[in-house]
Amino acid sequence: MAAVNPSLSLIGARTHQVLNAGQKGALTLTGIGLLLLFLAFFGVSLPAPTVWLVVSLLALGLGGAWYGWAAYRQLPAGIKNNGVWLASLTSRGILGWLTAIVLTGFYVLLYFFPAHLGLATVAGEANQGIVGFFDPLSRVLNGNPASQWFVYGTLYTVAILAMGVKFIYKYRHNRYQVVRTLSVMFFQLGFAFLIPEILSALQQPSMDLKNMWPLNYYFFYDWNIKKLATSGGLGIFMLGWGVAMIFVVSPVLTYLYGKRWYCSWVCGCGGLAETAGDPFRQLSDKSLGAWKVERWVIHSVLVLAVIMTLAVLHSFFRSNPATYWVTREMFLGVAIATLLGVALLLWLRPRVFKGVPVWVKGLATVLLIGIVVLTLQAYLQNQSRIFGLSSYKLREWYGFYIGSIFSGVIGVGFYPIFGSRVWCRFGCPMAAILGLQQRFFSRFRITVNGGQCISCGNCSTYCEMGIDVRAYAQRGQDVVRASCVGCGICAAVCPRGVLRLENSAADVSTRAAALRTLHLDPKEGVRLL
Amino acid sequence: MHVVIIGNGISGITAARFIRKHSDFAITVISNESDEFFSRTALMYVYMGHMRLRDTQPYEPGFWKKNRIDRKRGWVQKIDQGDRVLYLADGERISYDRLIIATGSRSNKFGWPGQDLDRVHGLYHLQDLEAMEAASAGLERAVIVGGGLIGVEMAEMFHSRHIPVTFLVRETSFWDIVLPPEESAMINRHLLEQGIDLRLNTELREVVGDEQGRAVGVITQSGEEIACGFVGLTAGVSPNIGFLQNSGIEVKRGVLVDENLQTNIPGIYAVGDCAEMRTPQPGRRPIEAVWYTGRMMGETVAHNICNPDTPVAYNPGIWFNSAKFFDIEYQVYGDIRAQAPANHRSLYWEHPDGRRSIRIVYDAGTEVVLGFNVMGIRYRHEVCQHWLAQKATIETVLCELPLANFDPEFFPAYEAFVLAKYAQQTGKQIQTNHRRGLREVLTLLGK
Repeated sequence: MAAVNPSLSLIGARTHQVLNAGQKGALTLTGIGLLLLFLAFFGVSLPAPTVWLVVSLLALGLGGAWYGWAAYRQLPAGIKNNGVWLASLTSRGILGWLTAIVLTGFYVLLYFFPAHLGLATVAGEANQGIVGFFDPLSRVLNGNPASQWFVYGTLYTVAILAMGVKFIYKYRHNRYQVVRTLSVMFFQLGFAFLIPEILSALQQPSMDLKNMWPLNYYFFYDWNIKKLATSGGLGIFMLGWGVAMIFVVSPVLTYLYGKRWYCSWVCGCGGLAETAGDPFRQLSDKSLGAWKVERWVIHSVLVLAVIMTLAVLHSFFRSNPATYWVTREMFLGVAIATLLGVALLLWLRPRVFKGVPVWVKGLATVLLIGIVVLTLQAYLQNQSRIFGLSSYKLREWYGFYIGSIFSGVIGVGFYPIFGSRVWCRFGCPMAAILGLQQRFFSRFRITVNGGQCISCGNCSTYCEMGIDVRAYAQRGQDVVRASCVGCGICAAVCPRGVLRLENSAADVSTRAAALRTLHLDPKEGVRLL
Repeated sequence: MHVVIIGNGISGITAARFIRKHSDFAITVISNESDEFFSRTALMYVYMGHMRLRDTQPYEPGFWKKNRIDRKRGWVQKIDQGDRVLYLADGERISYDRLIIATGSRSNKFGWPGQDLDRVHGLYHLQDLEAMEAASAGLERAVIVGGGLIGVEMAEMFHSRHIPVTFLVRETSFWDIVLPPEESAMINRHLLEQGIDLRLNTELREVVGDEQGRAVGVITQSGEEIACGFVGLTAGVSPNIGFLQNSGIEVKRGVLVDENLQTNIPGIYAVGDCAEMRTPQPGRRPIEAVWYTGRMMGETVAHNICNPDTPVAYNPGIWFNSAKFFDIEYQVYGDIRAQAPANHRSLYWEHPDGRRSIRIVYDAGTEVVLGFNVMGIRYRHEVCQHWLAQKATIETVLCELPLANFDPEFFPAYEAFVLAKYAQQTGKQIQTNHRRGLREVLTLLGK
C-alpha cells in the first residue's frame, strides 16, 4: 500500500496517557519535594534545613500545578476523562491500592503515632524528623515549633493549591468550576491556614472561622469555650460567630443556594476532595444499597454528635454555673426548644416533608424527644452523666472513631478505593444537617433539560457523592438530594446539555416531585414536557 | 396475557417497564446482543475509558426480577403469526399473545468490495465495540467512512486512544445534509483542530484485505490508497428486520406501523429504530432512529397493549435532538434545514472563537420562529418548545431570549450579541428585560 499522506492527525497524535515532557518534568519536581520529606521522615539532617523545606514545599506545589498545566494546556478545552477507567491509579488498580496504603499509613502515624513523625514527646525536647523539618516555617508563622497538625495543615494546603491549579486547567472551559475552585483554594489558604497561624502569632485565640459545628466538633468543648470566652473581644466575637454560623448564616445560605455554598465552595474537606480527590470521584458507589447505608450512617453520626455536644455542654454548665452570662437553664432551654421545634415541624408542616415515610418521622421524633427527656432528667437530678454516659468518655470516643478514623484514615486514605467523598457522604454530621436543610428547606435543585437525556450514565459515574443522577435525568425529575454538594460536575460531563444547577423559590415545595419530561397522557397521547 | 418483546434496547425496555406499570401481564424480553439493558449511545464512552460497561446500564440487576420482566438470550429466527409462536435459532419455541418488535438498526453497507472483511465494522452493537477493542492493540491508523454522528463518535473513540484517524466524508462539508453551512464548517474546523485527518469530498471505492481476510487499507474513488488496520463503516443505519422476511408482517424500509404502532397483523407491534410510520406526523420522518422517539414509542405501545379500548396515537411532537462533536455540544429544536427554503430567514451569531453559535430560524413573512440550532451553548428544551408551540414571533423570542439559556452559572451571556446581530440585519432594536434563571422560566411556562 502507498504511504499515508502526511496528515493532520500526525500533529494531532497528542498524548495524555503517555506522559509528555512537561508532565515528566512536573512529576520529577514533585518527586524531589516528596523525597525531601522522606529524607526528613527518616531523620536525615541536611545543612540549611530551612532552604530545603522551602525547596520541598515549592517543588510539591509547583510540580503539581505544572503537571496540570502540562497535561491540559495543549489540549482543546473540554471534558478530559479519557482513559480514567483504563488507568491503574484511577480504576482501583495496583497504583490505586498502593496510593491508598501510603495515604492510610500517613494518617495512622499522624493521628496515633505522631512521635514517629518526629514530634517531641517530652517537654523541652526539640522536634525531630518531619515535624522538626517544618519547625522553621512554624516559627515564622506562629512563633512556635511545629506540631504534627502544622505539618498536616501545610501539606493539606499545598495539595489543595497545587491540585486546584490542575483542576482549573482541566475545567478551564467551565467558569462555574473555575470560580468554585478558586473559592476553595482561597478559604483553605486564608481561613484554614494563614489566619489561624497569624492569630496565634499575635497571641490571639486562633480559629478557622469557616469551620462550623458539628464538623468542628470541639467548638463546644469546655477548653475551647473557656479559651474563647477569656480572650477578650475577639474571642467573644468568635464564640458569637460560631453560634451565628449554625443558626443564621448556614440556614440562610443553604436556603438560597443549597449546601454547596459550604461543601464545595468553602469547606476544607470538600476542598481536598474537589482538587486532590478529583481523579477518584468516579469510584463512589452508586447502588441503591449504598444510598441506604449512607442515610443510616450519616444520620447516626449526626445524632451522636448532637448527644455528645449536649453532654459536654451540660457538664460544662454544671461545673461553671455562674461564670458566664449564659446560664445552664438558658442553654438547656435553647437546646430543648430547638430539638422539640424540629420534632413539631415534622408533623405540623406535612407538605414540606411530603414523601417522608411515617416511620422515619416517628423514629426522628422518638429520638428527639428521647434526647430531651434524658437531658431534662440529668438536669433535674443534677447528674454529671447524661444518657448514662460520661461526657469525657463520649467525646474521647467520638474524637477517636469519628474525628480520626472516619474523617481522616478512611475519608482521605481510601480516596483511591471508595472515591473522594466517603467522609462527606457517610460521616460528616455537618453535611447531614445541611443535607436535611437542602432536602426540605432550600431553593436549590439540579434541573433536567426536557427530553434530551440519553441515559448514558456520565453524570452518575462522575458524581462523587454516589447519586444516581441518571435515574432522575432520564425521568425528567429535578434532582433534590440531601447529599448533593453542588460540585456541578454532572452538568459538566453531560454530553447532551441536560443538567443545570439552579435556585428558585417559585416552585420550592414541589421541586422534588415534578416529572417534567416525556410521558403519556391518555387524552393527548404521548406528549413532551 | 404474555407479551414478548424482541430487542432489549431503549424502545423494548421502555415498553416492558410501562406494561409492568399498567398491568400484570407476563413479559419476556428477548435479545441476542446482551443480557443487560445498556445505553447504546454510551458505548463510545466505554471504549474511551470514561465509564465501565456496567455504568452504562441504567437499572441495577435486581430491577428485572423485582418488576417481573423475564429476559432471554436468543436469536429469533422465525415468527409464526398464525399460531402466535416465535422460533429461536436454537430451536426453542416461545408463544406470545402480544408481540413487540424492537430490533433497532444495523449499520449500512453499500456493496463496497471488501466490506465484509475482518476488522471492518460499524458502530451500533455491543459486538462492534468488542471488535473495535480487539483491533485496537497496535493499531496504527483507522479509516472511518461516512460523515455523520456515528462517524464522528468513532473518530473520537480512536482519537482518545491516540490512534490516528482518517475520516472520509462524501459530502463537501461535514454532515451538511443536516447542519446549515456555518455550523457544518465549524465542525470541519473542530475536527482538524482535534487532529483528525478529515477528507471531505472523498468516497470509498473498496476495502483492501490481506491473505488472512483482514482489512489492511482502503482505496478512495479518486484512487488514493490509505493503509489502515481498521475500517469503520458509519454511513448511517437501517432497520434491522431481515428476520421478518416471509413472516406476513408488512415491511418497507422498516416495519410498517399505524399511528397506534400496530403492524398489519393485529397483536404485533413495532417500536423504535425498526418501525416505519405509515403516516408520520407533520414535520417528522417515517423512521427516526433517535433515543427519545424510542422511549416515546415504548410508552405508547405499552399503553395501547394494556388499554386496547382507548388507544393513543404516537405523537413525538416538535422535533429536537442533540449530539456532541468532540468538545462541541449541539442542540436543535424545531425546523432547521441544511438548505434553507426561501421563506426561512436565519438569525445567526457565531462567537469569535468559532466554537459557539446561536441560530434562530423564523418565517420571512409571518416572523414566526421555526427553530433553534445552538453549538457549544445549551438551550432549555421547555422554553424552546413553548415558543415553537405558541408560534412566538422572532421579536417575542428575542425579548425573552435569556430564558432559553441553560449554560451553567457564571457562563458568559451572549444574548446582547444576538440582539445586536438582529438589529444589524433588520434595523430593529429589541430590548430584553428578562434575566437568565429558573424563576422567570417557571413564570413563562406558567408553572
